[in-house]
Amino acid sequence: MLVDERIGRRDGGRLSFAVAFSPALLDPQSETPAAVTGPNEKAAVRRYNVYRNNVTVSLIDALAAIFPATQRITGVEFFRAMARFHVRATPPTSPLLFDYGRDFPGFIERYEYARSMPWLADVARIERAWLDAYHAADMDTLRPEALASIPPERLSDVFFVPHPATRIVCSEFPAVSIFVPNRSEGPVDPIVAVAPQDALITRPGLEVVVRHLPPGGAIFLACLISGRTLGQAVSAAFEASTAFDLPANIAGMIEAGVFTAIDSGDP
Amino acid sequence: MSAMRKLPDSHPTGRLRPPSYAIAGLAGTSFKHAHLPAILAEGTRDGFFEVHAENYMGAGGPPHHALEQIRRDYPLSLHGVAMSIGGPQPLDRNHLERFRALAERYEPAVVSEHLAWSTHETTYFNDLLPLPYTEATLSRVSEHVDEVQQAIRRPILLENPSTYVVFRESAMSEMDFIRGIVQRTGCGLLLDLNNVFVSATNHGYSALDYLSDFPMEHVGEIHLAGHAEQVDDEGDRLLIDSHDGPVADAVWKLFEIVVSRSGPIPTLVEWDSNIPDWPVLKAEAGAAQQILDRHATPVTSGKVHARR
Repeated sequence: MLVDERIGRRDGGRLSFAVAFSPALLDPQSETPAAVTGPNEKAAVRRYNVYRNNVTVSLIDALAAIFPATQRITGVEFFRAMARFHVRATPPTSPLLFDYGRDFPGFIERYEYARSMPWLADVARIERAWLDAYHAADMDTLRPEALASIPPERLSDVFFVPHPATRIVCSEFPAVSIFVPNRSEGPVDPIVAVAPQDALITRPGLEVVVRHLPPGGAIFLACLISGRTLGQAVSAAFEASTAFDLPANIAGMIEAGVFTAIDSGDP
Repeated sequence: MSAMRKLPDSHPTGRLRPPSYAIAGLAGTSFKHAHLPAILAEGTRDGFFEVHAENYMGAGGPPHHALEQIRRDYPLSLHGVAMSIGGPQPLDRNHLERFRALAERYEPAVVSEHLAWSTHETTYFNDLLPLPYTEATLSRVSEHVDEVQQAIRRPILLENPSTYVVFRESAMSEMDFIRGIVQRTGCGLLLDLNNVFVSATNHGYSALDYLSDFPMEHVGEIHLAGHAEQVDDEGDRLLIDSHDGPVADAVWKLFEIVVSRSGPIPTLVEWDSNIPDWPVLKAEAGAAQQILDRHATPVTSGKVHARR
């Protein structure tokens, strides 16, 4: 069956009501669809606007729920105006609203009125990653003994299996220092950090944890997550930063629960 | 109540986790994650909880952890809000599979969805949108209800909508449409009394007349909820199904009337935004339970008579 046929566009109009009803929902300039009316020939402008309002407001609310620190930084009014533009341009394509907002950080980056906050998009990226970690599958994290059991001469050849919750967000701004207090309930003190910060998001148990990665840490973990060996990851990390501290990064990744298992590379 | 009795055994293994008590005659509430500590702290009581299926369609994490704890102590109602059963386009197979998997995992006492649509082509509108009542839509919606029931291997309860507009092409009443779906699919009904009151007010008909025609023998659950008020283009009252406050007095009255006629049907108080502290929501369910209890006796004796 053709798509047009399935949605009722080419069946002689018998099932074309959604084609008529939908377009104006996210377009405030459009007229009320002629297919609907009020009872007894009453007008349907305000009546149809109830649906328009439900759609737009509920989707803005969904973005506000996914990006609370972003909203706290911008203020509610600014956030909702920005979110309204995004909702109209990029409505969800999945009925799972916890999957919505993946394009929102990129939208923020291009949003004219947010240019004075160049770090805002990265805060939003951390929040989007936070929600992915929150809903990720439950898995045990790698035990420290697992690494200790690998013979030293084999260590550089091992692979690590990433935990489903693990995310990394690289930033040219102190995104973690901005994210953390704005995501909490308490007051936000002036943020003094200025150096770029890469964020590591994990969920070793039920609680999502956001950490600031040390120099070279992001590239080290990104290599391991993408399936490269420990040896390859170490080389890449040292290339990125001479300050890379291997023992500290390995201890940190185990504590954070970045991985769920070691693959020794044996067939 | 036949919809309740009709539920076939969807678990051939017979593995049913506690609680095994039925929800007949009970009042329940929406389950909101923020209420979990308060609910666990007060210990087990009667009642049941309803969740929006979509909120538990992630792979893991705190939502499932919370729902498992609730399901351990209480019967569950699984309420889908995004299947888009009322839409013309085919059901989303991935969504249907997620829904099926949830029903299998949590063994809900009832499963329900809406007579509405929410997805068009690839856009999800996150609202329960209205449809015209015609032979063509009746066939399409019935196919969709069938498809869901085949997937989860049990009947669903279909909820009557709250609406603000009518389609010019509608050729039958909502009641005939709903009866038609029940007849074709064998599904049960979820009677949302707030929706009845909202739609009756918005379209200028009598809620009591609507309820007199409603096929109560197929109703497996009742919903109560709060609504908000606006005005239409003519300045007349236009009610909005907002679920953001206490149940209105007029809806409580309808509830009393329905329960006095049809007995203590499982009843749920919905509250989805501006969510109050747990004691407030619990008190709403308590008020519903009192009304159910007042009308419990005639139905019990009815069942005794039926067995003779």
